[in-house]
Amino acid sequence: MAARLPSMLKDAGLTAFVAAALGVFVVGFRTVDVGRGLTFDYHLVDLAIAVVTIFFGRLGLSLAANGLRWPAMVLGAAMIAAGASPLELPSGFLHWFVALGGVLLVIRGAWPWANDAMSVAARSPAGVVLGRAGAKWSGWLLLAAAVAMPFTPFGDQKTMDLGVLILTYVMLGWGLNIVVGLAGLLDLGYVAFYAVGAYSYALLSTQHGLGFWTVLPLAGMMAAAFGIVLGFPVLRLRGDYLAIVTLGFGEIIRLVILNWFDLTNGPAGIGSIPGPTLFGAVFAETAPAGKQTVSEMLGIPFDGIHRLIFLYYIILLLALITNLFTQRMRRLPVGRAWEALREDETACRALGINPTNTKLTAFAVGAMFAGFAGSFFAAKQRFISPESFVFIESAIILAIVVLGGMGSQIGVVLAAVLLIGLPEWFRDLGNYRMLAFGLAMVLIMVFRPRGLVAHREPSLRLHPANRGDGR
Amino acid sequence: MNAPLGPPLIDVEHLTMRFGGLLAVDDVSFVARPQEITAIIGPNGAGKTTVFNCITGFYKPTIGRLTLRGGDRDYLLERMQGHEIGQRAKVARTFQNIRLFPAMTVLENLMVAQHNKLMHASGWSVFGLLGLRRYRRAEEEGVELARGWLERIALIDDADRPAGELPYGAQRRLEIARAMCTEPRLLCLDEPAAGLNPHESAALNRLLVSIRERDGVGVLLIEHDMSVVMNISDHVIVLDYGRKIAEGPPAEVQSDPAVIRAYLGTDDEAING
Amino acid sequence: MAYFSQQLINAITLGAIYGLIAIGYTMVYGIIGMINFAHGEVFMIGAFISLIGFMICSMLGIGSAPVAILLVLLLAMAFSAVYGWAIERTAYRPLRGSFRLAPLISAIGVSIALQNYVQLVQGARPKPGGNVVSGGFNLFSADGFDVRITWLQIIIVVVTVVLMAGFTWLIARTSLGRRQRACEQDMKMAALLGVDVDRTISLTFVLGAALAAVAGMLFLMYYGVIDFFIGFLAGIKAFTAAVLGGIGSLPGAMLGGLLIGLIEVFWAAYFSSEYKDVAAFAILVLVLIFRPSGLLGKPEIEKV
Repeated sequence: MAARLPSMLKDAGLTAFVAAALGVFVVGFRTVDVGRGLTFDYHLVDLAIAVVTIFFGRLGLSLAANGLRWPAMVLGAAMIAAGASPLELPSGFLHWFVALGGVLLVIRGAWPWANDAMSVAARSPAGVVLGRAGAKWSGWLLLAAAVAMPFTPFGDQKTMDLGVLILTYVMLGWGLNIVVGLAGLLDLGYVAFYAVGAYSYALLSTQHGLGFWTVLPLAGMMAAAFGIVLGFPVLRLRGDYLAIVTLGFGEIIRLVILNWFDLTNGPAGIGSIPGPTLFGAVFAETAPAGKQTVSEMLGIPFDGIHRLIFLYYIILLLALITNLFTQRMRRLPVGRAWEALREDETACRALGINPTNTKLTAFAVGAMFAGFAGSFFAAKQRFISPESFVFIESAIILAIVVLGGMGSQIGVVLAAVLLIGLPEWFRDLGNYRMLAFGLAMVLIMVFRPRGLVAHREPSLRLHPANRGDGR
Repeated sequence: MNAPLGPPLIDVEHLTMRFGGLLAVDDVSFVARPQEITAIIGPNGAGKTTVFNCITGFYKPTIGRLTLRGGDRDYLLERMQGHEIGQRAKVARTFQNIRLFPAMTVLENLMVAQHNKLMHASGWSVFGLLGLRRYRRAEEEGVELARGWLERIALIDDADRPAGELPYGAQRRLEIARAMCTEPRLLCLDEPAAGLNPHESAALNRLLVSIRERDGVGVLLIEHDMSVVMNISDHVIVLDYGRKIAEGPPAEVQSDPAVIRAYLGTDDEAING
Repeated sequence: MAYFSQQLINAITLGAIYGLIAIGYTMVYGIIGMINFAHGEVFMIGAFISLIGFMICSMLGIGSAPVAILLVLLLAMAFSAVYGWAIERTAYRPLRGSFRLAPLISAIGVSIALQNYVQLVQGARPKPGGNVVSGGFNLFSADGFDVRITWLQIIIVVVTVVLMAGFTWLIARTSLGRRQRACEQDMKMAALLGVDVDRTISLTFVLGAALAAVAGMLFLMYYGVIDFFIGFLAGIKAFTAAVLGGIGSLPGAMLGGLLIGLIEVFWAAYFSSEYKDVAAFAILVLVLIFRPSGLLGKPEIEKV
């Protein structure tokens, strides 16, 4: 053990050195505006502290990796203490940095024990029963919770807003899941179909007076049509190339929306978009001539939150439709062909499956659901502009699908809650949120590329699933 | 095998494949007949897999005509797209490096093979989405076909396991069964015995013979394992440096001096199995 | 005629910058078959390091432009190279055995992380600087229009040509280049023959990053202002250039860069400047659809 200490120290030293090299200019010499030029705001001390933290962090990880778990955890505890202490560090961020580093070490040190404990628990009779029940019922439980949420004490404005946001991303995740998770096509331009749906509803409702429910299927068809037109020339390209081309398409559509002033009003966007109605009744305090308000129709006093609850149930319904459709398709030949295509396209061709048509259906169906979601988005926000449809949105939706476990429906829900819900609760994270997001994508790929829910449920079984070993 | 020669199942005429400056296949012609096992052998680099790839649509032949005789019409394979060859001409193939769908179960692999038939029955998914009985019946029939094959290859108990988890020999058998689930006219096998031990090779022989007898397909295979080639083939074609140097029944071919010379450095023992 | 000539000069300058970035994309793709989505961010970081370097130079009282440029050049190349090395080591190397799209997804994560890292530490506002070289001379006049070439434009083209020549020599003549080419062709065989594949791959990333840093410095000097987002657009355009020229081909990268520069400048000059970015994306899409092997690349044959 002691013999490996020098190499561990060297390792940690190298890591710290690289960190110092990376940060010395970019972090150490911060440029700030002064007058019409720039000057420096030195943060070299910050950097030094961060580098020292990284040194100890790396050392701790090496210790844990070499079986010296207690020293690693002690080191981690010391770092947490240092971070949490009232010690005067140059910035608040550093406190968190040191403390989180310590937390990481403690977790890493304790991980093997926790992992073993979890494996033992999972294999125990109680564990097996719980595990199988959980897999079977967790989906239904979540659904019940989601349906009931507006009527629980949690159903306040802020939570409902968050709920609608998360459900929108869940629906987009489920839609992209068809393209990426099932068919294995890396689409980096998914937000373009979202935009088509949104602008379809915005234009058709503001310029032609069509209602939300009328436009919804039209928006889906428009988006699907775009999917076919865009997909047809490119779907025979290989993975990475397809990804970049779809990115290109996404950007082209955004730039066209941004610049085609006559059609889309350009960067100013489209406003005063009417919201969805309930059997013709509007969600407002007073109704325009010839229409009813929902409060009048149902005979209840007006409350602003009614509109939000209505929107919540709409997106819940749309998301569920997406989910049910996907589940059904998986059991049909076309859904199986999607998955087979993801596994091995060459073998598919040899089995007489037309790869281009199969990919096209996945692309078009995925686009259609994005179109539905886009319509909803426009109806909810009542104002849309090209800024909502930037590349980073496609990246976020992709991250949700990848983190969830490609192809897994419930994984997407968990991932959306984590990636969208958590940062919204920690609003003060602000800019750090996107940085953490990018890092999370890398870490997931390195440590758990198959995502949170790595298990794939077969689309059909020959023998009924009654054995406890997961068959 | 003294029965009169019937019409060929596949007629390869003057097949030539050129990659830039490299002539991989040079004017190769042969026929394979239905309900016969035809083997293509030859030293490494002789162009065997290239011939396969031309027949199954992965390469476009530089020159040549590949005629597959279907029940009612002929198919010119050199003019067809890759997936059409499987779909319409009903030529199925397996690969040198096994290409299963590893994350999908054994049963699902066999169901994917029946894709075109089931797609039609599902009304391009419409009937399927509506849950109509018409589709459900077709799917049940598909499962029965798959079940039959699972029993023939002794994988019935592993039907719901991911295909990637199977041992190597089982994966090879599964790949053949999957190809057979497309209900082909011509089955092309690319080194089906590669990596199999003698016990497994013998089982493969039995499987291929049963395919020939029971399923009425023609089998075209590339092989290095002479125990497979010599024991079950009806017709052997020998390639060397892209050219056909011999053809005929196994006994004739293995004593052909040109063939022995092509396997230079190999004892006669190795060829005689 | 004069207007055309001016645009031509501008286009070649821009094309040189794109070409330098494109080399990084093409080399990495050639050796490990992956699109280094984060490469544009390395260019951006090179530009920021250059900015900081120039500010330090002026603070130290280094008045001579050539000296400052040389110092900043070395600084930016060295430290951006560390970024290139670190990115490969942490985000790509662990994924070498993973499924095909894993490195690309990881690269997207790196790209997002780097953009936000720079935005957090340096601020979101555009940063002016790098105005070390000014002035030029008129080439000729016609139709009342002066065709002017600036010293900076000459420097950019000269630096690019020198680096290109040096690089081509490096790849073709040195053992380092040989090892690189061997890994490109057959990694397993190269490893069996004793080539340190890991180190060669790292070196590829390092060299690509260094060239991107030079492009960053030149970009800063040329446009006089940078922000954390320049990597995204420049990255896409440079990648388009690499694909257009033929991915995996060094001369292809330079040719592609030149062509993209020409297309962008002339499109903006003669058609519409708002849609010039659309032109770049459209070229990318068209090339990938109709000629994915690019102008100087070899069509790939699928191995079955």
